[in-house]
Amino acid sequence: MSCTETIQNFAFRSIGYGERMLPRTDFTLCEHFTLIGSGMIWNIYYGLVAIIFGFFAATGLAMAKNSENKWLQKPAEFFIYVFRGSPLFIQFFFAYAVFLSLKQSVPVLQPLTASWLGATLVLFCNTSAYSAEIFYGALRSIPKGDLEAADAYGIMGWTRFKRITWPTMLRLAWPSYTNEAIFLFHATALVSFSSFPVWQQRGDALYYASYFADKTFNPFVPYPILAFYFILLTLVVITIFGAANKHLNRHLPQERRKKIRLQFNLFR
Amino acid sequence: MFSYCTDPSTLDGLKWLSCYLTTGKHMSFYASFGTVLALLAITAPVALLFGFAGASAARARIAPIRWLGKSYTAIVRGVPDIAFFLFFVIALDQAFEWMRHKVKCPDWDHPIRQGSDFIVCDAAKLPLSSSAQWIHEAYGFSLAVLTFAIVFGAFAANVLFGAMQAVPRAQMETAEAYGMSHRQTFWRILVPQMWTYALPGLSNLWMILIKATPLLFLLGVEDVVYWARELGATKTAKFSDYPHGNWHMQYFFGLLVFYLAFTSLSERVFKRISARLSHGQATAAGEAQRKAAQ
Repeated sequence: MSCTETIQNFAFRSIGYGERMLPRTDFTLCEHFTLIGSGMIWNIYYGLVAIIFGFFAATGLAMAKNSENKWLQKPAEFFIYVFRGSPLFIQFFFAYAVFLSLKQSVPVLQPLTASWLGATLVLFCNTSAYSAEIFYGALRSIPKGDLEAADAYGIMGWTRFKRITWPTMLRLAWPSYTNEAIFLFHATALVSFSSFPVWQQRGDALYYASYFADKTFNPFVPYPILAFYFILLTLVVITIFGAANKHLNRHLPQERRKKIRLQFNLFR
Repeated sequence: MFSYCTDPSTLDGLKWLSCYLTTGKHMSFYASFGTVLALLAITAPVALLFGFAGASAARARIAPIRWLGKSYTAIVRGVPDIAFFLFFVIALDQAFEWMRHKVKCPDWDHPIRQGSDFIVCDAAKLPLSSSAQWIHEAYGFSLAVLTFAIVFGAFAANVLFGAMQAVPRAQMETAEAYGMSHRQTFWRILVPQMWTYALPGLSNLWMILIKATPLLFLLGVEDVVYWARELGATKTAKFSDYPHGNWHMQYFFGLLVFYLAFTSLSERVFKRISARLSHGQATAAGEAQRKAAQ
């Protein structure tokens, strides 16, 4: 089988198109690259959905944690504490068990036990909590002068939030938020190992990488390929978030602009 | 455990529960919390050591050593650490066996990789096939510890490297002005002062390490996750004295609470250490302490 054929057969294997049978023997490098790349579709899907929805939820949570109303502040604080204080791995296991029992009493919730919805939901809650903590820190460090200036101009309420508070918060939080996004994509690799069943071998990148490693008993090929894909993904995330960072800082003089510094943070 | 536990099917309520929670398997479950704590207790200092070596190498004056240190700190960037965990466990195992094979069986003429098999001579197998069960378990555990130490050593190296850079340059220059050698400045000026800068990063790392311990399960160690899955699964009366439905939810809730308690406890301890370390330091926290004491 030539490499083009392999790509045709397996490029979308992870979402159920193409050849049903995975290769069994005589694995070629092309098969490694195609299948692991195919699995990346899932990693990108989990990460993208969780980040997009999590962004808004995190803004809300951060505002709630910063609010003076106890009824808003305490629940937000608790939510953030629970999701930041426990391992993501355990959260996956626990959530799956909860979804399983929910399914039995309320049949409509059946899709929750599938990873496309259930795992995404857990990742969404998790990234919301981590990002909310970042946003909360940024909210607390908005320069007092900016808010006073807004008051002086008579900008209040929703307008003040939309035009002063929120953009400043994002600008201050953005470098840490970039790291959060990178590590969220890394966290998506946990999904197929965390009790959410992989249906018809439609797994994510790490699922296929460990499939190859198990079959060939040679970790030195599939895992570096996986690493290659994730480094590529990280570079894409950095590029996109870097462009956004530039946009958020466009009004500032050159030397005050905040550079994104990559740190290793966070394993959940 | 208790005398009334001989026939559990006749019991109910609290009595049943007390018997259920003290079965042999549950004892193994409780012991596995010890496994997690042991892993943390061993890994943290080893990883710190790796990190210290990595950070010192990254600021070495000899270029190849510096490159080595820099690339060590860079390996975890961009790649999920779970991939490293899965990779290192097999890779380290094969590396050890390969080295022993080269030493112990020099006249072996078959290739080691035959298709999808990795074959070394019997004497090179790790652990030896004749070894006791506990040696197999200990070997698995030490592979896990080494894997954790390598990955978290890279994290720690990054933190410590940053801390070393953060020590005020003037301190080092003063030491040099007093005629201290490079080695003396490093050990007497830089190392004692860097900890206060390293602590926020290290405390963060400790939290990350705690939250990474469930991954032991993936490394084939019988840890808390393994036992929670095992014990929580549905038990029928045929195979168990204590039949019950699917209790995964309860068991994993217990684990969740355990980890939450553990991380909050650590947070409190770190607050104390941080207060202790910033005592008398030329940092904002140290200044605040000085003002409060006046």
